[in-house]
Amino acid sequence: MKLTKLVTTAAVALAMMAGTASAKEMRIALVVKALGIGFFEAANKGAEEAAKDLGDVKIIYTGPTDTTAEGQIEVLNSLIAQKVDAIAVTANDTDALVPTLKKAMQRGITVISWDSGVAPAGREMQLNPSSTELIGKMLIKMAADNMPDGGDVAVLSASSTATNQNNWIAAMKSDMGNYPDINLVTTVYGDDLADKSYREAKGLIEKYPNLKAIIAPTSVGIVAAAKAVTDAGKIGEINVTGLGLPSEMAAYVENGASKSFAIWNPIDLGYAATEIAYNLAKGTAKAEPGAKIPMGRLGEVTLDENTEGAMADPFVYDKSNIEQFKDIF
Amino acid sequence: MSLSDLHADMTEPRRAPRTIPDRLTSPLRRNLLGWESLLLIVGIAIFILNAFASPYFLSAWSLSDATFNFTEKAMIAFAMALLIVAGEIDLSVASIIALASTAMGAAATAGAGTPVLVLIGLGTGLLCGAFNGTLVTRLGLPSIVVTIGTMSLFRGISYIVLGDGAYRGYPTSFQWFGQGYVFWVISFEFVLFAVLAVIFGLLLHKTNFGRAVYAVGNNPTAALFSGIRVARVKMTLFLLTGLMSGVAAICLTARLGSTRPSIALGMELEVVTMVVLGGVSILGGAGSIPGVVIAAFVLGLVTFGLGLLNVPGIVMSIFTGALLIGVIALPRLIAKWRR
Repeated sequence: MKLTKLVTTAAVALAMMAGTASAKEMRIALVVKALGIGFFEAANKGAEEAAKDLGDVKIIYTGPTDTTAEGQIEVLNSLIAQKVDAIAVTANDTDALVPTLKKAMQRGITVISWDSGVAPAGREMQLNPSSTELIGKMLIKMAADNMPDGGDVAVLSASSTATNQNNWIAAMKSDMGNYPDINLVTTVYGDDLADKSYREAKGLIEKYPNLKAIIAPTSVGIVAAAKAVTDAGKIGEINVTGLGLPSEMAAYVENGASKSFAIWNPIDLGYAATEIAYNLAKGTAKAEPGAKIPMGRLGEVTLDENTEGAMADPFVYDKSNIEQFKDIF
Repeated sequence: MSLSDLHADMTEPRRAPRTIPDRLTSPLRRNLLGWESLLLIVGIAIFILNAFASPYFLSAWSLSDATFNFTEKAMIAFAMALLIVAGEIDLSVASIIALASTAMGAAATAGAGTPVLVLIGLGTGLLCGAFNGTLVTRLGLPSIVVTIGTMSLFRGISYIVLGDGAYRGYPTSFQWFGQGYVFWVISFEFVLFAVLAVIFGLLLHKTNFGRAVYAVGNNPTAALFSGIRVARVKMTLFLLTGLMSGVAAICLTARLGSTRPSIALGMELEVVTMVVLGGVSILGGAGSIPGVVIAAFVLGLVTFGLGLLNVPGIVMSIFTGALLIGVIALPRLIAKWRR
């Protein structure tokens, strides 16, 4: 008797919980590549912040355990079954999620992708953390800010065939006209291997005695370069900058080998994705080429002809904020 | 039942006895019956709990979507069950999927049509199975070592071919294998799953070959001396497992519509989990196909049900692990208490 009573109470309670959940508030699912990754946990923080600002939003933060497309499809299927209002996904595979996401859109769910995009057929829009142009500008600006008298800089990249790095370096070069005192002496490739990057950085330090900065637009290269500068006793003479992860760079920001570096801010990314998903699901904005979609405190994003938009400049990390972010990612 | 009877059985199938020719036979069989009913009860309990826990669970389309969580894995699990019953294992199945999918992707990019793609998928699976089987039966190497090696080898080839790229030019008719529906919410994959369940069930439980599989798993030496061609049985099973991995590769590739070298990463462990949860002894010699079928449903229902409650995948794998240990430990504990 007691047991049946308990079971019915539990069932009723559950039904009521489900009832209130689906009553009014908008459910936005933030689907990540895999759970337990600091970068995405930080994005979830941003999403929760947006939900708090918007008021009537519930965030469902979820993802598979491994970074596989199959795992993400399982997660997406359960979200479709729950009839969530919007899905904001960072994809493990550009194409494999398309059939599932198409199904979601057919059933009236708003679908956007952020960070790692989905092919256009499977989403309404894609939110890039930044753009090639903005990254290129930021790379040279960070170096120039710490070189009042100008001088020599060198680039330590990933592999010579890495598409992202090559595009960023090209964008940086095209912006160097604004910095006439700065002279790019060479570009070397560490292939995103710690030891090779370290040797290449060491070679740069020995070969160019007047070198003022090493720009490494790769998270492996920037750490190796900072270590090489530290080991060579050149802190204060050569500044290492580029794109890196706060957790890996914290020590070198503290010892002065790197004055500043940049990467996207995952908190802002999760915040922006949530704001955009909310506006699209509410119908207050439409994802079409040229559209401007509001992102709360981050202003608005403008979509290009592929319905892709860039959120903001890469976020700069230095002594003032590294403590806060080094534990996040 | 003696070994000479078994020998007679293999040469004169008409006098086929109905029991497994080994001293382990009868108690094991009784235990297995208990196991399957236990598993079935667990499955029904999970179904009911799910229906109570989420208002979205009892919907035809939701349940239909949920079947994709296990159909491809189960197809391999059927063949894997036979292989494990025979005392061997194949850990390279997920990598065979990757290689078969890569081969199909290359062919599709070159303009091959759907029938050719299917043949290539099945053929690649068979070749991989033959490679594993040859190493195990001809060189006498332990299958766990061989297939850990080929697990890296097969997927490694995919990585060399594809790098960080992808194949995506599959014909629309090909995608039907993974996205098509035969009738209303009944997907092609689910129908294939059901048909294969029946075929493998008959193969293991109603044929001489099936009995030979049990005999090989219980005592390969005795099986050999009673006239069973042990190497041939094992080779056939490796071929079957490779073939089923090829079938799963076709379904999965068609469902995703693209091939990347990371496809089906880690699936081999989920397949083995399904087989073991289904009551197949990891040491060989015992197990049944109905058990594996129920285990497929149980695992599919658990992942889907927890997914509806937005339980994170990490917690979900803890739950699956606990379920596996629980279901395996329970009958042994009960047996201990009875004694």
